[in-house]
Amino acid sequence: MSRRWSLEAEKEPDVDHLLREYLPILIFLVIAVALGLVLVLAAVVLAVRNPDPEKLSAYECGFNAFDDARMKFDVRFYLVSILFIIFDLEVAFLFPWAVAFSGLSLVAFWSMMIFLAVLTVGFAYEWKKGALEWE
Amino acid sequence: MNPGDLSTALPEVLISVYAMAALLFGVYTGKDRTAGLLTWTTAAVFVLVAIWIGTISGHRTAFDGLFIDDGFARFAKVTVLLSAAAVLVIGHDYMNRRGLMRFEYPIVIALAVIGMMVMVSANDLMSLYMGLELQSLSLYIVASIRRGDAKSTEAGLKYFILGALSSGLLLYGASLTYGFAGTTSFSGILSTVQQGAMPIGLLFGLVFLLSGLAFKVSAVPFHMWTPDVYEGAPTPVTAFFATAPKVAAMALIARLAEGAFGSAPKDWGQVLALLSVASMFWGAIAAIGQRDIKRLMAYSSITHMGFALMGLAAGTAGGVQAMLIYMAIYVTMNVGTFAFILSMQKDGEPVTDIDSLRMYSRREPLKALALLVLMFSLAGVPPMVGFFAKFYVLKAAVDAHMAWLAILGVIASVIGAFYYLRIVFYMYFGEEREGIDAGGMSAGAWVGLMGSAAIMLLGVVNLFGIGSLAQAAAATLVH
Repeated sequence: MSRRWSLEAEKEPDVDHLLREYLPILIFLVIAVALGLVLVLAAVVLAVRNPDPEKLSAYECGFNAFDDARMKFDVRFYLVSILFIIFDLEVAFLFPWAVAFSGLSLVAFWSMMIFLAVLTVGFAYEWKKGALEWE
Repeated sequence: MNPGDLSTALPEVLISVYAMAALLFGVYTGKDRTAGLLTWTTAAVFVLVAIWIGTISGHRTAFDGLFIDDGFARFAKVTVLLSAAAVLVIGHDYMNRRGLMRFEYPIVIALAVIGMMVMVSANDLMSLYMGLELQSLSLYIVASIRRGDAKSTEAGLKYFILGALSSGLLLYGASLTYGFAGTTSFSGILSTVQQGAMPIGLLFGLVFLLSGLAFKVSAVPFHMWTPDVYEGAPTPVTAFFATAPKVAAMALIARLAEGAFGSAPKDWGQVLALLSVASMFWGAIAAIGQRDIKRLMAYSSITHMGFALMGLAAGTAGGVQAMLIYMAIYVTMNVGTFAFILSMQKDGEPVTDIDSLRMYSRREPLKALALLVLMFSLAGVPPMVGFFAKFYVLKAAVDAHMAWLAILGVIASVIGAFYYLRIVFYMYFGEEREGIDAGGMSAGAWVGLMGSAAIMLLGVVNLFGIGSLAQAAAATLVH
């Protein structure tokens, strides 16, 4: 199994070469940050600001706002979203594995099977623990 | 990967399989009723694996050099496993009485221990980070295990946020190191460094990596989380924080410094020397104002990490040996001291105020005597074993022509002696006051306290041979 990330750096020029390979990312970062700043600052500079209580209050359909829009959510929403991450990650790993399936070695196959087995243990635990039940 | 890889990492694999099996067993049978059983089995598994690792010899790498099994890693693993087992045993009764005994607790501890074992066996920035995160995530969970309690959740959240920040620093350093060395493997980085002048980017990478790891050993100026987390977490968890993770992180610093940047000891030596001096002094001075014994032990651990870092700063095999001896002795002293702190209670409620120890010797002469031995040992008073721990690191610093560092260390330990001796003073000479209850100590904690105190006295003969074991371990790391 070859390790993609251990590019051997024998001499100084190779290091320079390696860094130059990342130049597009640097340019991308600079442009992304600059563009983001321009868009935010443009709103500050160009936009007409004329606030009044109606504009500042939370939007409600047909009646006056009677509560702060930033209310507390039930912690169970967060729990469900965290539990979702298990399956999210599973797919993120399974997808490239499945795409390259025909060229996989036996070790690669069983590595994924072990990974799935470990996730299943976690899933069985959260199910039995009652984390998936709303009440 | 080949079957040999798995056999090299078999201790880690076995504990992982055990942890998953225990999780399913616990959740499908009695849930929290199985907690006591699982605590004892986990401790037994730790001890058995430690004995087994002790019988392994040789030098093997696995997974394309990501994972290394050598004498140094095995020394650290045995220390981690035994201290984790001891902490589970001394804390069992406390967890039961305070209703904290969830069956997940020993399992999460087991997962943290696997993370630490991977850390000390890491031979690549990838496996370094993997082990560190497994350990840290498990520790965040146990810090907030008393989840209805504001202080415990605060401790967990604080630890999590600062831990995430330190992981960020570490990753930034790892990416810089990879960018300038062209590889993440420690041996690859070493050969790049050996080729001549260190590129400035690699130096930045090294400093960021060390900063991230300094968070984990709570070295000044990356210590700010320690007192709050120690105080807020339940006491058995605090005992765990003060022992096994410190050994693992310290071993990881040694591995990174010697294994990956070993040919440029001047570059990291000065960083470690600065961390060491700052930790020794700030830990010693800030502890003076503390009245809460858990916060006091937090500052005490900061000072002790400063001393262990002094051994590493020397950058010699003798320095690594001194660090290993120091950590083994430090862990033993802390297990004993926390066994005592766990038993401190008044009318059934836990107390952590050092004023409650006044004239304790009159009520419990034997336990007071054991605590006296431990306090003297923590302060480094001869003839206790704690003195020899300090002696080895000071000698390593002097041998490496860093006498100034050794002198500063002695000054810091004199300042630090004040607050250890104050506890002894309260126990023997303080004014009579209504203090903690007599008795109320479980058998496990009693054995922990008395055993640790006995080791501090009997160990002066030959330190139970850990001197030569640590020497052999250090020789495998520093060539």
